[in-house]
Amino acid sequence: MDRRVHDRGGWPEAGPINRGQHDLALWEKQTDALHRVLSGPGKHKWRVDELRRAIESIGRDEYESAGYYGRWITAIETLLVERGILSREEIDRRVEDTDEQVK
Amino acid sequence: MEARFNAGDRVRIRVDYPAGHFRTPGYIQGKTGTVAGVHGTFRNPESLAKGGDGLPRQYLYLVRFDQTHVWENYNASPQDKLLIDIYEHWLEPVCQS
Amino acid sequence: MEEHNHGHDAHTQVGDSHEMTSYEKRAGAILSLLTEKGVVASDEIWRAIDDMDSRTPALGAKVVARAWVDPEFKAQLLTDTKAALTELDVDIGSLNTVVALENTDKVHNVVVCTLCSCYPRTILGVPPDWYKSLSYRSRVVVDPRGVLREFGLELDPDVEVRVYDSTADIRYLVIPSRPAGTEAATEDELAGLVSRDSMIGVAMASAPGK
Repeated sequence: MDRRVHDRGGWPEAGPINRGQHDLALWEKQTDALHRVLSGPGKHKWRVDELRRAIESIGRDEYESAGYYGRWITAIETLLVERGILSREEIDRRVEDTDEQVK
Repeated sequence: MEARFNAGDRVRIRVDYPAGHFRTPGYIQGKTGTVAGVHGTFRNPESLAKGGDGLPRQYLYLVRFDQTHVWENYNASPQDKLLIDIYEHWLEPVCQS
Repeated sequence: MEEHNHGHDAHTQVGDSHEMTSYEKRAGAILSLLTEKGVVASDEIWRAIDDMDSRTPALGAKVVARAWVDPEFKAQLLTDTKAALTELDVDIGSLNTVVALENTDKVHNVVVCTLCSCYPRTILGVPPDWYKSLSYRSRVVVDPRGVLREFGLELDPDVEVRVYDSTADIRYLVIPSRPAGTEAATEDELAGLVSRDSMIGVAMASAPGK
């Protein structure tokens, strides 16, 4: 039976616990806020269970390297695209436009 | 709807890896524990995760396991416990012998 | 693998020394698109961030200190946590059911969420990085005493260690034991001894004067 990537309890090869702490960056707080606003009262675009399902569908390598809010924003993107609120292409385009501006 | 299990009942956790989202960790599947409490009913996350309404609501139980039963090599203190919240449809009755 | 490695290789130098990851860029792109389309208002995002910033472990510490000085409150906290918190004017939000777990000299509770990183955020604030780490989520269920030792907590073999894996709608708050020598302390002074980690169960409350 293949264990799912998020199902970590008792997972072998887990190393020491890094107790270093970083202050959340603005984009991490914005990502957190995006989910709470979009799933919250008045919007109800999705429930936290759907966010979890989208997080769990991330491939193993990316799941392990993305970090907590990297997984969140990836899942939020999945749900937005699923619902037709945004398209993958327009997000790509916006990222490219921003890259152009900072060059 | 009444709870199928009560505190003190012995239960086995079903072994299943359904497609989609579920909240029963792999490490506890197939293990036997004791119902420590009944939390009440909650919408079923397996349905909510697919955009469903989560109904019918499911009873949620706090189930207690002996660590020495869950992990073959658990060699710390034998009284140590694991407690996990598990939805009713993941529980099977265990005949008391 | 630790949590803060950057994903992908699309690192771009922006401004002074800030290196944006691809995740940060996508978050920025998504937020600006959603705001332009009117799906979310910038205000709503800031309010949600303010709410997040306003919730800190001080809320939980206040609850624990009250439980230490008021046996009736503690009894209520352990049987009907939500009602007890409401009495203290602590807003737990509409999301979760909170259950308080009492640590004693016989029983030590410690909390994890192995499947994601469920945490009583409304009363403890956002979880520490280590709580969300793959290592903690993997290890504390299978080797709790080893993990606690890493946190500097060596428990007597007679103490029963109970690991709570919060897999569902319940959020757990640990009530650490009241430290010795605090009989004369005020409730505020007591709250100052209650660390975030002690309310997760990986530490004891601090001794006075430390």
